[in-house]
Amino acid sequence: MSRPPVSSTPGVTGPRAAEAKSLDRRDRAWWFDFGARAAVFVGGMSAILFIAAIFVFIGTQGLDFAIHRLSWSEFLFGTHWEPTVEPPRYGALPLIAGTAWITVVAMLVSAPLAFGAAVYVAEFARGKQREWLKIFIELLAAIPSVVWGVIGLHVMKPIIQHVFDVQIGLNVLNAGVILGLMAAPIITTIAEDALKAVPDTYREAAEAMGATRWQVIYRVVLPHARPGLSAAVLLGIGRAFGETIAVLMASGHRLMIPHSVFDSAATITATIAAELGEAAKGSDHYQVLFVLGLLLFLITFVINLTADWIVRGGRRRA
Amino acid sequence: MAEHLAIEAQSLNLWYGTFQALFEVDLQVRAGIVTALIGPSGCGKSTFLRSCNRINERLGYVSTTGTIKVLGQDVYGEQVSAIQVRRHVGMVFQRPNPLPLSIRDNVLFGHRLHSGKRVNKADGDALVEEALRQVLLWDRVKDRLDHKATGLSLEEQQKLCIARLLPTKPSVLLMDEPCSALDPEATAAVEDLIWTLRGKYSILIVTHNMAQARRASDECVFMLMGRVVEHSATEEMFVAPKQQETADYIEGRFG
Repeated sequence: MSRPPVSSTPGVTGPRAAEAKSLDRRDRAWWFDFGARAAVFVGGMSAILFIAAIFVFIGTQGLDFAIHRLSWSEFLFGTHWEPTVEPPRYGALPLIAGTAWITVVAMLVSAPLAFGAAVYVAEFARGKQREWLKIFIELLAAIPSVVWGVIGLHVMKPIIQHVFDVQIGLNVLNAGVILGLMAAPIITTIAEDALKAVPDTYREAAEAMGATRWQVIYRVVLPHARPGLSAAVLLGIGRAFGETIAVLMASGHRLMIPHSVFDSAATITATIAAELGEAAKGSDHYQVLFVLGLLLFLITFVINLTADWIVRGGRRRA
Repeated sequence: MAEHLAIEAQSLNLWYGTFQALFEVDLQVRAGIVTALIGPSGCGKSTFLRSCNRINERLGYVSTTGTIKVLGQDVYGEQVSAIQVRRHVGMVFQRPNPLPLSIRDNVLFGHRLHSGKRVNKADGDALVEEALRQVLLWDRVKDRLDHKATGLSLEEQQKLCIARLLPTKPSVLLMDEPCSALDPEATAAVEDLIWTLRGKYSILIVTHNMAQARRASDECVFMLMGRVVEHSATEEMFVAPKQQETADYIEGRFG
């Protein structure tokens, strides 16, 4: 193709000038595109910014105390959390143990329930039924945690007292069941995604070889979806870990290491929520609660990263 | 003794929901030979194939009337389960679809489903070797049986997909355009393989490829609009088709 030579003479007017102007790429669409891209960039980066800011905030609030006055061995292994007596004792082990107990019970409740639900929704339910089930599962995830707390206080408590014939109905079992029910919809949703991601050709291949529905599920679908299912449980654990108000209401909030599921217990989150309002700003008590927050932050961070790592590893192998 | 039939369909009608895909199909597939199903897209040849092992049923909205007998038994009979049918009627798909397991586990998958008990190591090894030898794959993969099957080449995957059917001792192999995802060289290799399996198994193969039907089948069935138009020896069909539609299709005037 031959083109007319471009004139570089300054001061051209008439049609040439109009042509040059039309080649300027910065028209309205360009500016809009530029602005929109900048806006979504800020939105996307804000997550990193917020995480960093929260980390810095929590860190600085407790830093002075954590470095100069806190005995880490007492903090991690001490069995007495008595921040308001004289001298105060900051043994967080009862809180860590309470959190661990309740989380384990929660996972024992929610993992079977959620996997069952996920397998049913992904492999058996069809059409309308599937759509409705998914809506209800999402609704379940949207129930406010304080409602779950009330259920723990007024429904679960008498049931536990009655069924197991125990005096205290607000205990590890109560909080664990409540948390398990709260975490189940999240685990279900993520697990269902993992099952749906298994190519249908695998199911077809196995069925054509004479596998029953169940054999297809446990010999082909579940093994292939395992990384996603593990990640689902880990994210469920993360959810259970961070939950506060429902646990505070259902656990009995007793600051001692629980020795059975029928003992009351306190968690890290509930302790922060219960005590931060009373602690004078800047006091040792105030600062140690931030150290607890930092611990919580680190644990959830590790759990989420692990979940992410498992999912990525699974994708690479597939 | 009367001539053995591998598959015998009698006035088979099939609907996907309200759409009728097969009309009064009567078809007798002889045992021990390779029969090719040809016809334009949408003529019902894959549908017929997928009815023989009832894999069509996974769609959930398929209904049929009439009968398909495999080795004399109606596969849609009340006392027959799809599971048992599929043990005797193996299927190879268009795209090779090995399971995301090791090569060894792929070969033993069907056997493990049906034997009901654990397969010990020695028996398993023997089955794997025999099956892989039959599909001419043994020498190529014997040193990496524990590697993932999904890492093989497409040709090897497709051969593996045939091999994994053999340990359950099927009598019929259904193949749904088994070479359409392969390059010409791999196609030739898989065709050769099909030809070596001829005699041991009754093979019903759907193909779009006229040349393939011509060189790799004993009998040919031409289908059009859900009906069987012509069924004859392959030589005969390609040299002297009886029906005008068959001639038109073979010569490439439509389809």
